[in-house]
Amino acid sequence: MAFYSEKVMDHFANPRNIGEIKDADGIGEVGNPVCGDMMTFYIKVKDDKIEDVKFKTFGCAAAIAVSSMVSEMALGKTLKQVIDLTNADVAKALDGLPSNKMHCSNLGADALHKAIENYKTKQGK
Amino acid sequence: MNQIYLDNQSNTKLDERVFDAMKPFFLEYYGNPQSIYSLGSVSKDALETARRQVAALINADPKEIIFTSCGTESNNLAIKGIADALKAKGKHIIVSEIEHFSILNSVKRLQKEGFEVTYLSVDAKGNVSEKELKKHLRKDTILVSVQYTNPEVGTIQDIKELVLTVKNSHVNDFIVFHTDAVSACGVIPVDVKDLSVDALTVSASVMYGPKGVAALYIKKDVKISSQIEGGVQENSKRSGTENLPAVVGFGKTCEIAKEEITKNSEHIRALRDKLITELPKKIEYIYLNGAMGKNRLPGNVNFSIEFVEGEALFLLLDAKGIMAASGSACANKNLRISHVLEALHVDVAVGQGSILFTLSKFNTEEDIDYVLEEFPGIVKRLRDMSPLYSYFIKTGERKPAGQGTDYDGHDHCHCAT
Repeated sequence: MAFYSEKVMDHFANPRNIGEIKDADGIGEVGNPVCGDMMTFYIKVKDDKIEDVKFKTFGCAAAIAVSSMVSEMALGKTLKQVIDLTNADVAKALDGLPSNKMHCSNLGADALHKAIENYKTKQGK
Repeated sequence: MNQIYLDNQSNTKLDERVFDAMKPFFLEYYGNPQSIYSLGSVSKDALETARRQVAALINADPKEIIFTSCGTESNNLAIKGIADALKAKGKHIIVSEIEHFSILNSVKRLQKEGFEVTYLSVDAKGNVSEKELKKHLRKDTILVSVQYTNPEVGTIQDIKELVLTVKNSHVNDFIVFHTDAVSACGVIPVDVKDLSVDALTVSASVMYGPKGVAALYIKKDVKISSQIEGGVQENSKRSGTENLPAVVGFGKTCEIAKEEITKNSEHIRALRDKLITELPKKIEYIYLNGAMGKNRLPGNVNFSIEFVEGEALFLLLDAKGIMAASGSACANKNLRISHVLEALHVDVAVGQGSILFTLSKFNTEEDIDYVLEEFPGIVKRLRDMSPLYSYFIKTGERKPAGQGTDYDGHDHCHCAT
């Protein structure tokens, strides 16, 4: 059996929603170059929904695939729906991740949650 | 699609001449070398021919060769067998930090059993200094094991000088010097008499031979305890029915290597130098890891590519038909950057982008040209999606590492829960 599922390899080889949003409403960053994974997510919010999402990721195939998958899952969803999204949901949507990648690379939902927090903080100002 | 295999430090393609030599020993000459009827005698002769061929490659006496199942077993036998044989004289062992896990985990086991282990640090090129070794030699030191060549960063160690350092120290007269020469044998000349080592590991599977066979050279009169108990095979130093087809293949491998080593190493070195010279012209912010020029294994190319991660690099290379390796944390099952890069003090964030190409005699200049054509685009693709790279382009500065700047912080930096 291949190390990664076909879905992981597809999202790794053809990642969706790569990029940055210049006037993003929220930015979330997780990971660390020293650990080998880092993700930065940018969101645009309209009517309490994720109107646009972009990301940049430094990391292994799993980290890139997770970022791509979570960006697809979040697009058009309400903030509440995205907040309810877990890293485990993302791994499941990718047909699973190798066990040693579950903790280190599976940070996409966390990054999005941080971007939403950042958006809410900005709104509160 | 092209299939270009550049991971020869992990395994090499079998030489067809070796395969041909092995074939009769599966179906035709299947006798046990220990049986004294005719079919056994054919096997016994083949076993001893192979022993002479392996011995000849490293300038040893055939009686000094013990066949084993792999390099890992040879290293286990060397470390545990020598330690056990000499434990009455002392319990101190010295190894380098960049040894293979079969050495490191063997001494770790011995540590639990009451032995003391000193780990020699290496410099930025991967060399152990004689001064450092001398400083740690003690009256109760029984064993020193330093790798001849490092398969990951290519450093060729000055083993001859290190052996002399031990001999000239006169701390005691029983220290055994072992060297793991798995990545050296068949690639550069290895002469146990010239090196003056007492024990040396050699394996078939990285020199165009079969898997499942290796050897330990152990100098006459050097004591070693067997680690596998059983019958009289290998002079009772390593019991178990001989894997004869593989042993015959190993012999043939060594015979070919002895004849072709100069030709092959010149060919491989030229390809290596092309990659080492040309890649930095096509890719910015890349750094060669390990030794340079003559002090580097002919087939070894190891670069750190800044702002990208190694596993992503080699998977995209794989998609282009190029097979390579990486010492990044993500490429390691234990999620740490390779212990070799760490020992060379490679910046941990930069080392995540390590890519390792190890060449063989089967590689051609077209292979290298193809890598030079494809690899820069792969690096660009990953940099275009790297937040570290965009930060660097915008600010001219490296993004400072946040939480978890060491491995103890690894869990904190990764696990949000």
